Formats: sequence, C-alpha cells, structure tokens
Amino acid sequence: MITLLWIIGGLLALLAISWVLRKLAQVVSGNKPLFRDMPLAVAFGYVLGVVVLAFGVWLWFQPNAVFFRWFVQGLAISVVAAYAFRLLGRTIGTKATKKAFRQMPLTASFGFLVILIYAICAIFAGVLAPYGQAEVFQNVNVLPGGNPATGGDPAHLLGTDQIGRDLLTRLIYGAQNTVGIAFATVCLAFLVGGSLGFLAAVFGGWLDNILSRIVDVLMAIPSLIFALLLMTIASAWAGSQQWLLTVYMVLIIALIDSTRVFRLARAVGQSIVVMDYIEAAKLRGEGLGYLIFREILPNATAPLLAELGLRFCFVFLTISALSFLGIGIQPPLADWGTMVRDLAQFINFAAFSPLAAALPLMAAGAIALLTVAVNFVVDWMLHKSSGLKE
Amino acid sequence: MVVFALTYHSCRVSLRVHQNPIGKTNEEHVNSVPKIIAQRLLLGLLTLFVVSIIIFTAVNMLPGDFAQAILGQSATPEAVAAIRRDLGLDQPPITRYFTWLAGVLQGDLGTSFAQANFASFVGEDSGTRTTVADQIAPRIKNTLFLAGVTAVIAVPFAIGLGILAALYRNSAFDKVSNVFTLTSISSPEFFVAYILILFLAVLNPWLPSLSNIYDGMAFSDRLEKTMLPALALTLVVTAHMMRMTRAAIINLLASPYIEMARLKGMKPMRVIVHHALPNALAPIINVVALNLAYLVTGVVVVEVVFVYPGVGQLFVDSVKIRDIPVVQACCLIFAAVYILLNLLADILSILSNPRLRHPK
Repeated sequence: MITLLWIIGGLLALLAISWVLRKLAQVVSGNKPLFRDMPLAVAFGYVLGVVVLAFGVWLWFQPNAVFFRWFVQGLAISVVAAYAFRLLGRTIGTKATKKAFRQMPLTASFGFLVILIYAICAIFAGVLAPYGQAEVFQNVNVLPGGNPATGGDPAHLLGTDQIGRDLLTRLIYGAQNTVGIAFATVCLAFLVGGSLGFLAAVFGGWLDNILSRIVDVLMAIPSLIFALLLMTIASAWAGSQQWLLTVYMVLIIALIDSTRVFRLARAVGQSIVVMDYIEAAKLRGEGLGYLIFREILPNATAPLLAELGLRFCFVFLTISALSFLGIGIQPPLADWGTMVRDLAQFINFAAFSPLAAALPLMAAGAIALLTVAVNFVVDWMLHKSSGLKE
Repeated sequence: MVVFALTYHSCRVSLRVHQNPIGKTNEEHVNSVPKIIAQRLLLGLLTLFVVSIIIFTAVNMLPGDFAQAILGQSATPEAVAAIRRDLGLDQPPITRYFTWLAGVLQGDLGTSFAQANFASFVGEDSGTRTTVADQIAPRIKNTLFLAGVTAVIAVPFAIGLGILAALYRNSAFDKVSNVFTLTSISSPEFFVAYILILFLAVLNPWLPSLSNIYDGMAFSDRLEKTMLPALALTLVVTAHMMRMTRAAIINLLASPYIEMARLKGMKPMRVIVHHALPNALAPIINVVALNLAYLVTGVVVVEVVFVYPGVGQLFVDSVKIRDIPVVQACCLIFAAVYILLNLLADILSILSNPRLRHPK
C-alpha cells in the first residue's frame, strides 16, 4: 500500500516537473511552436521516458540485477543479429529475395532468423545435441554453468535434471519434438479444415449448411477445455502406450483447430467462387479437382499462408500448455512444456544461482520466442500484401 | 482486394480471441431489438444444449464403463452389475443423457470417483465430500474471485492504454507498446506467470507466489494472495483488449465528424474521449466480453502455476486421474460460462448499436 502511494506521488511529481520544464523550454526557446503547442501529456511522456532510461542505466550497474543485464544483452544481440541477417539477405541470393530483404523491417528479419535457427535445431538435433534425448547420467541435479566449483560439470553445460538427463540435449531435442509435432498437427488441421472449407464453398447448399453448423457447435467449446476433455478419453484409450497418446493428441488438436481453418477457407473460397473466371472454368467443363486446386487454391494462398503462421502459433501454444499440464507430449520425448513444469522449482533459487533459475525460463522462452518470431513474419507479410493491394 | 482486407482484419482479431460462435450481427436493421435478443438467447440455449450432448457423448466413448472404473480390475461381476444398476448404466444412452441433464439442472453433478467409496454409490453416504457439486462449489467462488480481480485491473488499464496509443499513434510510445503487446500475446501463460514469480516473489519478495486460499480468510489477505495470478492473467488479456481499443478508435478517426471536431480547434484528448469513444464503444464492449470469455481458458494454466484452488486446477487434476464425473462437470461449466459470455458480447454489441436502438 505504501509502495503504491509512493508510485502515485512520484508520478505526480514527474507531472509537475514536466510542466515546469515545458514552461522553461517555452521561455528559453522564445515560444517555438514545438514547445508552445506541446500538450502536457506529451511533455510528461518525454520526462517519463528519460526517467525510465535513467532507471535502466542505474539498474544495469546494480550487482544483483543479473536478469536485467541478460535481458538487455539479449535484446542488443538480437537487434545486431537481425541487422546482420538482413544485410546478408540483401547481398546474397536471387533478385527476388534480395528485393524482399531490402524492404524488410528489422522485426521481420529477426523473425526469419529465429525461424531459420529453430529449423536447423529441429532438423539436425541428433547432430547438434551432445547426448541422446533419453540418456540418463549418474550425476543428477548438476547445476548449469559447467564450473565444478559452483556445482557444475563441464560435460553438462546446462546441467542435468532430477533423474540425470542432460538439459542442453533436451533443450535442443525439444525443438525437434515440440516444433515438429506442432507442425505436423497444423498441417493436418489445414488438410482437413482447408479441403472441407473449399468443398463447402464450392458446393454450397446442404453440405455447406451441415459442415458450418457442426463447426459452429465445436467452436462454442473453448479449445483448451475441449482438448483436455478429449485427452482424458484418449488417455483411457491409449492405456500404457505413451506414444499412442501423443498421436491422439495430434489428432485431437488437429480436429479442434481445423474448425478455425474451415471458417477461413470457406470465407475465402466463397468470395473466390463468385468470380467470373470460376464461372468460365465451370462452363469449360472443368472438374471439381481442377476448380479447387488450379483456380481457387492459387488465389487463396496469401490469406491461407498468413493463417498457417498464426494457426501454428496457436497449436504450438496449446501443445505446450497441455505438456506443461502433464497431459501432452509424453516422456521419454523431450519437450519444452514438460521441461518448464519439471524445472519450475528452480525459480526459487534465483537469488543464489541465477543460471539455474533461468533454466525453466529458457524452455518457456524458447516457446515464446518462436511464437513471437512467427507473429513478426506474419505481421510483415500481411502488411506487405495489404499495402501492395491498396 | 476485399478478401485480403477482410482476412487481414480477421487474422489480427483472431489472435487469441475465438470468433464469436453464436452468430453475426449484420443485415438485421429491419428487426426490432427485443426480437433479435430473443433470437440470440434461444440460439445460445440451443448451443448449450448441443454442447452438453457433445460432452456426454465424448465421455461415453470411454472404454469400459463407470462401474468397472470405480471397482477396478478385480471386481466381481455381481458388484459391477450392482453399481451399474444403481447408477442407471444399464439404461439406453438417451435415457441416461436426460437423467444426467435433469440432474445437472437441479445442481446434482454426480459422484466423484476419486472421493468415492463403495458406500457412497449404494446410497449410504458417509457425509464426506463425495459429490462433484460439493467439490466444485467452493472452487467456483475462488475462480470467479480471480476472474473478477483480473477484470477490475485489466479492463480500465487496457482501455486507458488503448486510448493513449490511439492518441499518440506512430510515436515511440505506440511502437514500444505494439512490440510489448505482440510479445505478451505470443507468450504462453506459464512463461508470463513464471516471470512474474521470478521478479515479484523470488527476487523481490513483495507478493506471495503460492495462492493458498481457504474459507473465512480476510478480504485483504485473499486479495494479496490472488494478486500474482490476477496480474499474470491481466498481462495475457490486456494486450488484446488494448490493440482492439486502439484499432477501433483509429478506425473512427478518419471519419468526417472527427475531422470537423479537430478543425474546430478541439484538443486531441477531448476529440477522442467525447467524439470517438462513444462510437467506438460497441466494438470495445464486444472485445472486453470476448476477453473475459478467454479468461475461462487462461485461468486453467494460471491456476496450476500458482496452485490456486479454483475450478481450473480441479479440472486438470481430474483429467490426470481420469475422474470422469468431475471432468464432465468442469467442462460443462467452462463451456457454459464461455457461451454465456459470448452471448453477452453479442447482445451488448446489439444494444450499443444506435441504428438498432432507434429504428426509423
């Protein structure tokens, strides 16, 4: 309560300071329009920005603000890396990619870079990881850092977990399992939802009505809740076969997310079906397959691609949430959601070993980073294509 | 062109918010408001009915049945048959569905497996909490409290920030808040929650990271223990509400009457609050209601992280031990709240449409 009063008092003081500074600037600069017309809120914003910046600099030099320093360093590294990646893309490659990289904002090139790194990690996990994902070692609960003096082990850079599995290995394999399973799920959802959506758009009538009503009802249940209900039943069906549960999870989430894809595919399809060139193709006597794959699909690629990106984010987050709750991807497969749950108690040791506390955050951050990256890329793609059309 | 604009819009919107399952509100200028609302209510009830059928069917797809699940592998056939008769499992599914539905409507959600013993099934209840309703009732209160605290913090915060971002659009503030909201939309709930625990509970011990709430707690204690989960949920829902508020206001800023107000020499803040905001209220109210519906899903993960004794945690625990009656009941409650909030969003957006309220 006292803290809250201090914060409010501080903000009021800042407001007073900004009023005085604006007055001062008006007098000193001889009433220049910039200062004369400046609302108090804007002046306050500038003062607040300066204060926050000063606070950041002060925090940087505090001895125990390790996480803040890591955060700033990480931010700086990603900005530099994104810039370098964009520069690289501008010099190497075909004419089209060079052009794309020239117009790209920094956020989008950062997104591409992150996706590329994740793809490499996922595909070459077996080569990159020092050990096997289910390999169990003698020394359990080794602290990260690799320094024997602080409870680390040079053989396990990020330490081991409570049953002695190497965490660096599991982090790398997590890319393969979590991202791979999410990708497979989203492809399945698109296959089912997309094709049914186009069929509903082309045929219309009773097929469209029935499918749309089914989708309406399925969408009325919140997706995570529905997934949890179905996973309960799936776990009873799967019994002791853990891999079967993972397969069921893919099918269940694909089913739930295909309803959202169906909605979009149907809407996009319907606006294309009424075009003249579809009419012409029908009069030419083209078959259904030709209509869908040669006429509708090419014209629906852009919105569907954007939806693919966003849908991937959703599926990825849902799978991670399920795994975090302990009902998703099953051991011995390494995945990030499960890692966060298993390592969560390390957060309580943040004051003694910041690196250990960062472990669960690393796994959770790996999930967040990929989602943010995909969002940045989709944002840019949508902006670009909507900008070009206007 | 139109397709693209539409999908662009819907994609931005669909991030984190599920499309309204109940219906759309266009092409209805001819109908009167009470009639439309009655239609919506009826449709909502129908949806709820169909959803209850889906949940019931899904649960009945389990291998084996309740009786075997309760007694385990080594049960004698006589005992299984007795329980089956007692629970009415020998009836056809349609009869069982309506019996279940009638029970639910009267507040009888069945008997929990985990808490049950044989006696409670043959009618000799030992007096402990064995029914699902007994287990869920106190937890619903806790969950509603958490959702309420979240809403009280998140809604004014999000709308205020949204107005500021619209007022100073394309400024440094707007860009920073854009990146910040995009990041918090994209982060899983548990990431946000653990970051809050790290900074507000472990490194700076300001708030408790475990929400052990019990009956008869003082309100201030309860609020303090609820603060961290409520903050985590706030971060998750604020971003989306704020983006929508900003978009709704900016959409309106291009209209001629705003131009007029500005040319009169009005201050920008006054233009937005007095002229733009009343007309942007419909989409904002809609998105607030939809986000409260989203809280229903978000609450599950957050409750597990903070060990908050709410319905979400009970739900996850029951899923793990396959306590089917509890899973069924929780699922029904979550779905009902979700559908009702969506219905509310729908009705409010009809009510806040002046063209519908004042027909010619």
